[in-house]
Amino acid sequence: MSETQTNANNDICIQIQDMHKWYGEFHVLKDINLEVCKGEKIVVCGPSGSGKSTMIRCINRLEEHQQGHIIVDGTELTNDLKNIDAVRSEVGMCFQHFNLFPHLTILENCTLAPIWVRKMPRKEAEEIAMHYLERVKIPDQAHKYPGQLSGGQQQRVAIARSLCMKPNIMLFDEPTSALDPEMIKEVLDTMVELANEGMTMICVTHEMGFAKQVADRVIFMDGGEIIEENNPTEFFDNPQHERTKLFLSQILGH
Amino acid sequence: MTQHYAPGTHPDLPPPSNTVGPIHWLRVNLFSSIPNTIVSLIAIYLLIISVPAAIDWLFFKATYVGESRNDCARDGACWAFISERFQLFVYGFYPQAERWRVDLSAVLLGVAIAAVLWQNMPGRKWGLIFAAIYPFLAGWLLTGGMGLTPVDTNDFGGVMLTVVIGITGIAFSLPIGILLALGRQSDLPIIKYFSIGFIEFIRGVPLITLLFVASTMLSYFLPPGSNFDLLLRVLIMVTLFASAYMAEVIRGGLQALPKGQKEAADSLGLNYWQAMRLIILPQALTISIPGIVNTFIGLYKDTSLVVIIGLLDVLGVGRASVSDTAWVGLSTEVYLFVAVFFFITCFGMARYSLFLENKLNTGHKH
Repeated sequence: MSETQTNANNDICIQIQDMHKWYGEFHVLKDINLEVCKGEKIVVCGPSGSGKSTMIRCINRLEEHQQGHIIVDGTELTNDLKNIDAVRSEVGMCFQHFNLFPHLTILENCTLAPIWVRKMPRKEAEEIAMHYLERVKIPDQAHKYPGQLSGGQQQRVAIARSLCMKPNIMLFDEPTSALDPEMIKEVLDTMVELANEGMTMICVTHEMGFAKQVADRVIFMDGGEIIEENNPTEFFDNPQHERTKLFLSQILGH
Repeated sequence: MTQHYAPGTHPDLPPPSNTVGPIHWLRVNLFSSIPNTIVSLIAIYLLIISVPAAIDWLFFKATYVGESRNDCARDGACWAFISERFQLFVYGFYPQAERWRVDLSAVLLGVAIAAVLWQNMPGRKWGLIFAAIYPFLAGWLLTGGMGLTPVDTNDFGGVMLTVVIGITGIAFSLPIGILLALGRQSDLPIIKYFSIGFIEFIRGVPLITLLFVASTMLSYFLPPGSNFDLLLRVLIMVTLFASAYMAEVIRGGLQALPKGQKEAADSLGLNYWQAMRLIILPQALTISIPGIVNTFIGLYKDTSLVVIIGLLDVLGVGRASVSDTAWVGLSTEVYLFVAVFFFITCFGMARYSLFLENKLNTGHKH
């Protein structure tokens, strides 16, 4: 298989084929097959330990897969560091714990990657950063440090930081799980807005309201496998597998 | 009597008057209980009988100028000896006519240190470039050659030798230590096991042993006839020794960082060196400041071990002076002087590190 292959179907921007992953002896991801089209919004849910975070972390190679293929925007992820860096600069990611850089101001957090990876002049990078900080509604915090912001604000900065790289794809790894209840909405609102603008998104989340509102497809994972995959209406109203029904009854039942 | 307010209208009040002020401080800290009061009184008594006597001996009854021991008062310190030998303490045996080169190096060292430590210095960029070439410039100034009269490094001594070894060790052990710490965490087995082997070997051997190796054994390994300067060998050994400790201090800082920092840097597309330089090391080094300065201070004081292989640093000069027959019985004064010299420089480093810690604290811990 060639390192770089251009897909016949240009609309497909992530292609995962027969992908397996092990941690040592432990088989965490089993035969994952997934195709994501440009502009599609996918919500991944499942019980903890089901491999959902690991799967999306494979898409920007924060985790390495041992078998199968992952092709992002026509670039296959292999051990080639050049390919990995190329994919990472096109794929934004938001983490559960925000992972802002605490020694840099909000503005510096946002301009760092454009300046060093995209080799953008500082002034231009700052303009873009302010543009996205305005879009997540915190331009007035630009010169503060992350430690001075609330959790919800930090997560919105993290989204703005990723957007400053003008990514084609955004990955969200449980972006609201570490937030106080009153701050979840402000982050979800930002994500909904992003979805409405046509960003390709894969979100690992337990926010089922968000899934119903924006997802094109919902994927349910358990034990390292994709158990079920459907549009939100069918998924919630008419789940096929027993495991899915049990999971939904547990998270929607209260 | 507590006054009550309607909910939502409670103003900020000052603390009760019996919990603030000097009287309260004394009561809480010195006289809080009967045993505490007894201990406090004994301590105050000891201070009253010892401090004035010490000050008398050190300053009021001391002799500052004189030709020999006989000029000195018997019940006071004899600083005349120190002032008489001051040049020796500072320059060692550096030739009299060339001492301006030491002075010039010291002034330039001040400029280089200012550029490194003072972050708002005007023209700091040029200052840092200067600081980077300073070690080579100072090496040329002190040893001569290329137009300057050559001076043998065996003539180095006193404060000057201490500072040369100390500053060289400090300046080079930090970058080498950083590389070793990163190397120890590397995915590449050769780099990883080299770093581990180096660190564990150097840490497992006393510095004195390494200095003996530097002074004797190295000449067996080097090609015959090659004249590898003793001071240079000592500088290399001291630097390597400090680097191994430095690497472990910095590794502690690296491990204290949440894994998410590297992942965030990776996910933005930064390559390894960018992630290290911009994200990981600034934070890891900030965390490690107390340990780094601790290693610096240890290294700086360890320079006095070079006396064992025949180099006379400030302590070595002091020891040699004590045996002067014209000035017998002055070891207290000499060692006090040496102690004060080390204390001032080390205390300066410690204070600067505290200042830096406060400055770099951006008010958040993960």
